Amino acid sequence: MPLLWLFAILLALTLAGYGAGRRRAVASAGGDIRRLHSRPIYYGLNVALAALVPALLVLFVWLLIQPVVVESRVSGLIPEIAISDSTTRSLVMSDVRRLADGLDAVVEQGEIGSDAVQGLQVGDEIRALLGRAGVALASDVQPAVLAAAQRYRMISARGDLARSIAVLLLAVAGLVFALSRISRDFRARNRVERAVLALLIGAASIAILTTGGIVLSMLFETVNFFGQYPARDFFFGTTWSPNFRGNSQLGILPLLWGTLYISFIALLLAVPVGLFSAIYLSEYAGPRVRTLIKPLIEVLAGIPTIVYGLFALVTVGPLLRDYFAQPLGLGSSGSSVMTAGLVMGIMLIPFVSSLSDDVINAVPQTMRDGSYALGATKSETIQQVIVPAALPGIVGAILLAASRAIGETMIVVLGAGAAAKLDLNPFEAMTTITVKIVSQLTGDTDFASPETMVAFALGLTLFVITLALNVVALIIVRKYREQYE
Amino acid sequence: MTDIALGRALRLKTSLLDQSSRTRKRNFAEKRFELYGMAAVAFGLLALVVLLTTILGNGLSSFRQTFVTLQIELPQAKLDKSGTGDLEAIKKVSTFGYAPLIDTALEQTMAQLGITIDGLSAKQAAGIISKEAPAKLRDAVIANPALIGTVHEFRLLANGRIDGYYKGAVTMVSATRDANVSPELLILADALKAAGLLATSLNPGFITDSDASDQRPEAAGLGVAILGSLYMMMIVLVLALPIGVAASIYLEEFAPKNRWTDVIEVNISNLAAVPSIVFGILGLAIFINFAGLPQSAPIVGGLVLTLMTLPTIIIATRASLKSVPPSIRDAALGVGASKMQAVFHHVLPLAAPGILTGTIIGLAQALGETAPLLLIGMVAFVKEFPGAPPEGFFDPASALPVQIFNWTQRADPAFVERASGAIIVLLVFLIAMNTVAVLLRRRFERRW
Repeated sequence: MPLLWLFAILLALTLAGYGAGRRRAVASAGGDIRRLHSRPIYYGLNVALAALVPALLVLFVWLLIQPVVVESRVSGLIPEIAISDSTTRSLVMSDVRRLADGLDAVVEQGEIGSDAVQGLQVGDEIRALLGRAGVALASDVQPAVLAAAQRYRMISARGDLARSIAVLLLAVAGLVFALSRISRDFRARNRVERAVLALLIGAASIAILTTGGIVLSMLFETVNFFGQYPARDFFFGTTWSPNFRGNSQLGILPLLWGTLYISFIALLLAVPVGLFSAIYLSEYAGPRVRTLIKPLIEVLAGIPTIVYGLFALVTVGPLLRDYFAQPLGLGSSGSSVMTAGLVMGIMLIPFVSSLSDDVINAVPQTMRDGSYALGATKSETIQQVIVPAALPGIVGAILLAASRAIGETMIVVLGAGAAAKLDLNPFEAMTTITVKIVSQLTGDTDFASPETMVAFALGLTLFVITLALNVVALIIVRKYREQYE
Repeated sequence: MTDIALGRALRLKTSLLDQSSRTRKRNFAEKRFELYGMAAVAFGLLALVVLLTTILGNGLSSFRQTFVTLQIELPQAKLDKSGTGDLEAIKKVSTFGYAPLIDTALEQTMAQLGITIDGLSAKQAAGIISKEAPAKLRDAVIANPALIGTVHEFRLLANGRIDGYYKGAVTMVSATRDANVSPELLILADALKAAGLLATSLNPGFITDSDASDQRPEAAGLGVAILGSLYMMMIVLVLALPIGVAASIYLEEFAPKNRWTDVIEVNISNLAAVPSIVFGILGLAIFINFAGLPQSAPIVGGLVLTLMTLPTIIIATRASLKSVPPSIRDAALGVGASKMQAVFHHVLPLAAPGILTGTIIGLAQALGETAPLLLIGMVAFVKEFPGAPPEGFFDPASALPVQIFNWTQRADPAFVERASGAIIVLLVFLIAMNTVAVLLRRRFERRW
């Protein structure tokens, strides 16, 4: 039974349960709803929830677990002989899966009956059959793979049937049980509210699940990676030259250098500009200028990074190359540390300025008044009173901006280049951690080779660095806020 | 006279009317400091203006395209050999069967107009028409088989270089060095233009057509990308809004102050600052490698973007719930509502405009996000439109920002124009969404 139908039936059961629960509650009170403990709607909702929620949960878990179980069962069927030297078990399994999907497509299009598929032999022109259904196979089908695919389809079909039956039975059971408990004194509202609270807690926990998912998925692959490639060479290697034929050198240092260099240039632009515009807007500008300019600067923060990337690639890169790098003899590449750094700096301006704006506004007015009373000018007040008072907050803002710069991807992919180098020349193309994550994980990838799995180690490193910066920044900002509250 | 009075008289040598050098210096420093601030603001605004004008300048031309209008004969003998008008039989004729028809039509037109250009054979002259044109012609015939056996007027895409010639990207000089175009071809184009058969006009295909291969920038469109982005936004809206609101209600209204709640709160504020590419790794590892969902599918993109958007929606929703005054809750509790009823019947409706605004802003962020989508295979070349939802969520599709990235990676410079045009489309969507958010806030904002 297709999943969609299962959902439709579940939904119908839920609605029917709602109606029945409501009616039964009203009937149990003899038609006088004042004699019920809760309003009738809660009796209906209680039945509906009892029918829907457990069934959905089981369905969801089943959907996650079934492929894993089927995979391990079928994988055991393939004899060692069928796996030639050039492939691995997981590659053969992906063949099996593709073949099984292809056979499903053939059956769906009515080319052949579903019983006939299970009886297919290797000699039966399977490739031609699949080709007509629009499924292309790279090579002829091996007998072991065909047998495994047929077995795969059989177990999957059985699993699907069992899933449908289990889910529907559970829904009906929940419905009947909840209906049977309805009586005049049944505390339906309290039950429903408890269930809703549980759902709310579940929703709030998704944030934890996401973080857990991020850390676990990367940690698992990183450990695998360090099993194949020594961790010491990864963290302290100074050469980055992945080679899919093996013998790669995967040292993170050149990538880390590029990342930090570009972020440094970006902050060199963004921090003064952002800070001064925040000071101007909060201390000098009148309310009308402020309401006009502030949103305009914040537009820069709403522009997608791919737009900045194209700007770097098409405009800033060639400009810097033609007017600075080539006349000065520093390089001839359009994509460079400078290009990416400057454009990223522009992107970070609103980030620094709106965060510093908040902290500058949080400095109490009494401190300004005190400074003016002593005869200080406005700029002296800002330099000697406001900025020192707001300094922790500003440092926090800069740290947050740095974490943004380190994790930024599209600008560096389009603006910084792909060559991993340890160089000081800012007009040279260099590369970053994020660029390499993208290039190692896009295209056809083999998830068993260290050249692919290194991306997970890079991702984990990036995650740890940005997390540390964020946590430190949040602690500083929070401490500072308490100071003036 | 005492010493003190003497000292005062000595110090007051300067008058109040003209400034001492120190005061002048301080005033000058004051002006200079203000100027720094103004310069910083001006730099920010200038960056915005330059960014937008270069994008507009590069991209606006992609909405217009050069077309060649030709009278094309569609002989029954070639297109429908059976003569039955059977659609299956007509579909058997591939695009290679249509290309000669266009070539002959062009040759005849040139002969009629008396255009002869030295050093340009009939075969070379056909290079003025896009390589995509036969496919379009075939689609038109299949859509309307009654055309077979008639002579009909068609508006065909011109080659990308010819188009570039009228947009200033290709010149006679650059054409001599170009393998894809020759100066003779440009002269032919000018002759056709003089005869009124070649014109640059609005190109709706840029919005509705699917992507085209590396050699045919003139035919590339955004249709699949827009549809893919739309599907992803639908998934994000359906998942992120209820989950985000539920999580915020729990944290803001029900959560006891304990360690678990603290952990969740710190977690959410950290998730908001995790680099987007890390979410891409998560999507690749969990949704594709572990759960076995298909690559390049909007469902995976939608799920990844949902996880990314959740913190934004949660933060906005909590702020909005916080701004509803406690008196509302107290009043509801006072007349006998349960806590749950007070929240769902009274607080939530009052917070709804703020929640909606936050959601739209979160969606706008998700719409422009590129990096995580690269990792889950959305960069693949997708020519086929995805099916209707819900099955279409599992079909391969592209997304607007990824399509832009894709085009920047192509060799032909005409794709840069396309990419800038696509950015304009993306920005129009973003501006529309943000405007709706601002209007909603203006219309429903309540001050308590």
